[in-house]
Amino acid sequence: MKIFVCVKQVPDTETKLKIKPDASGIEVAGIKWVLNPYDEYAVEEAIKIREINPGSQIHVITVGPKERVVESLRTALAMGADEAIVIHSAEATDAYVTAKALSSVIKSEGSADLVLTGKLSIDSNQSSVSQMVAEFLQIPHASVVSKLQLTDRSVQADRDVEGGSKEKIQFELPALIAANKGLNTPRYASLPGIMKAKKKLIKEIDISTLRISDSDKKVVYKNYSLPAEKPAVKMIAGDAATQSQELVKLLRDEAKAL
Amino acid sequence: MSSILVFVEATNGKLKRSSIELLQAAARSGQKTMALAFGSVAASVAAECATNGAAEVHLMSDAKLDQYNSELFVAALAEIAKKLNPKVFLASASSSAKDAFPRLAARLGAGVVSDATEIQLSANGAQVKKPLYAGKCFVEAEFQNAAIQIVLVRANQIPITAVAAGAGTVVEHALPALDLKTILQEVVKGTSQKLDLSEANIIISGGRGLKEAGNFKLLNELADVLGATVGASRAVVDAGWVGHDMQVGQTGKTVAPTLYIAVGLSGAIQHLAGMSGSKVIVAINNDANAPIFQKATYGIVGDLFEVVPKLTEEFRKVLGR
Repeated sequence: MKIFVCVKQVPDTETKLKIKPDASGIEVAGIKWVLNPYDEYAVEEAIKIREINPGSQIHVITVGPKERVVESLRTALAMGADEAIVIHSAEATDAYVTAKALSSVIKSEGSADLVLTGKLSIDSNQSSVSQMVAEFLQIPHASVVSKLQLTDRSVQADRDVEGGSKEKIQFELPALIAANKGLNTPRYASLPGIMKAKKKLIKEIDISTLRISDSDKKVVYKNYSLPAEKPAVKMIAGDAATQSQELVKLLRDEAKAL
Repeated sequence: MSSILVFVEATNGKLKRSSIELLQAAARSGQKTMALAFGSVAASVAAECATNGAAEVHLMSDAKLDQYNSELFVAALAEIAKKLNPKVFLASASSSAKDAFPRLAARLGAGVVSDATEIQLSANGAQVKKPLYAGKCFVEAEFQNAAIQIVLVRANQIPITAVAAGAGTVVEHALPALDLKTILQEVVKGTSQKLDLSEANIIISGGRGLKEAGNFKLLNELADVLGATVGASRAVVDAGWVGHDMQVGQTGKTVAPTLYIAVGLSGAIQHLAGMSGSKVIVAINNDANAPIFQKATYGIVGDLFEVVPKLTEEFRKVLGR
């Protein structure tokens, strides 16, 4: 089985962001970059599927400035992916261009039986690229998947929706699955895995060679800003009973939150 | 004048609050407001769409659309979008909409902005503000070369007022014929009777300070009195005390309710990102130095096992429940 895992490099969740003085983006200096947490579930699932289907090939693929984003590919290789491709793009792209680029390379690399992604990247919070890749590849998809079963070419996926409910979906491969937390427990890369990943050749493709241009972008982000500063907290003193009475009064009369 | 199409969703035969918010935002902008409803419930919400400003109400009443199927929904949405060619297509950022609309955007060459928290509508289309990094920063999103501007807006962001009713002219559309590859076998309902975190107006979240899973019952009791939904920190989700659907934060749900009560959680930066958009934040923690107090409106330093039951009692008294 030929599996493609689309990944993204994102700032670590502990990152404190700073905005550039001209508000055109975030300051990237000093940021610790990691593999998007939801993409870890996608990589892990691919490895589990290969364990059950020996001979399967796992290709990880990403879009971004290659000097930086190859690190996330190395993380995926160290976990156990077989091959890695970076689509080099110096500039920030949007979901549409990213999905065009990913799907175009997946096609030129001989198409996929299964495409795995994370349900969302924790930086842009769009949850768009997965569904767009599926559309460009003309294959069915399921997003926010916390359980996956493959029987020959048949896929059964549990999709998490509101209120803890689950939609049980079935379709045939080729298909795309966007992973949610709960799908599995991603493994840590082993030391030999890390050593091997360091030596691995990563295939580079420049986005300009894919006949995708900047004018294909549908959405641009401008005027980055930090959330408004909160006024200082009002601390409520006294014993538990006094604190509770005072809080309820404040919520009702001052904050009008009830 | 440009036209705005609002995809509306209903529960128990009534429009969801989030759908009313969007209809009203469209109607207030003075642009042509159209509603779109799917499934056998569609006709029953037509009048409510008109009351909230819809000049036209488009229905695809086919019962096949009663339950979400990505292939079917995208095909149906594409059919309507091609017919009506709206400048802006709005939906609330529900799990169905977030699944279907990006795929629709790819099919139509449209742009899509998800999880918007502010939206301005005019003859030129939509101006949108949205959080990035789960709320650590905000951006203005602008469309370019987009056949249609699709905006998925978070619930509880737009005030509901009275708006001038629209004509509400009803137009019925047929579901396009489709050879479906995707089959929805069943929907397993969650045990919670509460609103989803993403829609809740009051959220009570618990962290490690609760000491063990069973103590979430303290929060559930308070939530019952307040009509709130219970959330959790990543630490307790990872510990297996509660399900991932309850996690608030950068790797869980981003929420912005009117009232957020954080109980026994210190406020890791990734949790704060996911909830700092809440209008009023209450922190209850035994550690006066916990970072959560920096984001809080009101703070109580104390033993949650004493404070929470007292608080439940007090709310019960004041609210008469």
